[in-house]
Amino acid sequence: MTEYNFAYLDEQTKRMIRRAILKGLAVPGYQVPFASREMPMPYGWGTGGVQVSAATLTPDDTFKVIDQGADDTTNAVSIRKFFENTAGVAVTEETEKATLIQTRHRIPEAELTEDQILVYQVPIPEPLRFLEPRETETRKMHSLEEYGLMHVKLYEDISQHGDIATAYAYPVMVQDRYVMDPSPIPKFDNPKLEMSAIQLFGAGREQRIYAVPPHTKVVSLDFEDFPFVASKANHPCDLCGAEDSYLDEVILDDAGNRMFVCSDTDFCRSRRAAGHVGRLGTEDAA
Amino acid sequence: MQAQATQFAGGFSNTPVDAAHAFRAAMTVMARPGEIRTLSGAQAPVPVSGAAATLLLTLCDPETGVYLAGASDTPEMRQWLTFHTGAPLVDAAQADFAVGTWTDLLPLKTYRIGTSEYPDRSATLIVECHALAQTGATLSGPGIKNTSQLNLPDIPALQANSMLYPLGMDFFFTSGTQVAALPRSTQIAKG
Ligand SMILES: [Zn+2]
Repeated sequence: MTEYNFAYLDEQTKRMIRRAILKGLAVPGYQVPFASREMPMPYGWGTGGVQVSAATLTPDDTFKVIDQGADDTTNAVSIRKFFENTAGVAVTEETEKATLIQTRHRIPEAELTEDQILVYQVPIPEPLRFLEPRETETRKMHSLEEYGLMHVKLYEDISQHGDIATAYAYPVMVQDRYVMDPSPIPKFDNPKLEMSAIQLFGAGREQRIYAVPPHTKVVSLDFEDFPFVASKANHPCDLCGAEDSYLDEVILDDAGNRMFVCSDTDFCRSRRAAGHVGRLGTEDAA
Repeated sequence: MQAQATQFAGGFSNTPVDAAHAFRAAMTVMARPGEIRTLSGAQAPVPVSGAAATLLLTLCDPETGVYLAGASDTPEMRQWLTFHTGAPLVDAAQADFAVGTWTDLLPLKTYRIGTSEYPDRSATLIVECHALAQTGATLSGPGIKNTSQLNLPDIPALQANSMLYPLGMDFFFTSGTQVAALPRSTQIAKG
């Protein structure tokens, strides 16, 4: 009937992905296997997230893509264009206007609503992989809730290396049952995993889909002597002055001058547009 | 209801877009147990509802076994399902999807509940209901802020299913063009 496939993928592939998403939502944090397809982009570009978005988007959606918080990286722009062309969706850089947001390595600063869906690009979905390379074994460990070794290893990392070793992809316990990798978001974002929006995770190379429904209990693993802290650079944003956003450190010159700016570019832009000013002024405000 | 006279009618008019909208409704209710959404686009032969027909067209294909329970198992429905989805008709014990009234679908213990390593390999039941309403059983758990309510056909049986977690079946409830869902993760209490 149509000359092209809506959202690139054929209907049978989308049905297979949709069935996996439903099972993922029914068992939060459990990794559902799916038959990942070749996408017209390299694996590092989040083909898992792209396939989940393709199976989830409707022509009525307004689509946003962020890459480590930014809407304007090559990766983000390409994926946005891809669905603009193949699914005819509207696109936006404004978090509040988006109905479906695909993300690599960040959760937006603005609180997401129940009318939004957040799709994560996941490189390594298995939180136990660093302990055990064999899929048959990690699957068994999840089935038996055999997470003791995981706790021991995490404890060692934190006690020996401090925050640095565990600053990203900090493991969480979902609804008291499955340990889950939240993708390489900074641990600063972990508390936001309990949200009103639907969260879907897609790993293309590893062929896994998992999900966290709204208001699901998501607890970052921690220890009595090393309680979880959603840490960030102890600094306000130099452009918009925000004290509560996750910051990127930017080297300004050879003399070692640096600035801290919001990693979420839309958050920073909208704050500056609203008149907030950081240490380095508003010269390039939107 | 002229469209129901033949197994060739009653499909989506624009499959990719109709299926996309239908999936979003199905996903939303599965992610938010207790919520009721409109689900339409497909029409199956009587007595199968529009919502159930739309779910079948959205989710079923040659890779999924479908069990037509009781009154929904008619020659017309078999032909319709085969023509539109290519899904093999199977017994309850092999079904990925089953459709029928609650009593026609029983006993629940027949269906696949997944395995401890693959809890996703479980049946999804599409339960045809007289009406859907946000009254009756009180639901809590993933997808639900505090609590929600939904009229369930059999609270003790569904409580027993949730006790199997993370194994168990997942349910869609359909009535006319309305749909609600109950994943195995939901905790159920009497109204
Ligand atoms: Zn800022």
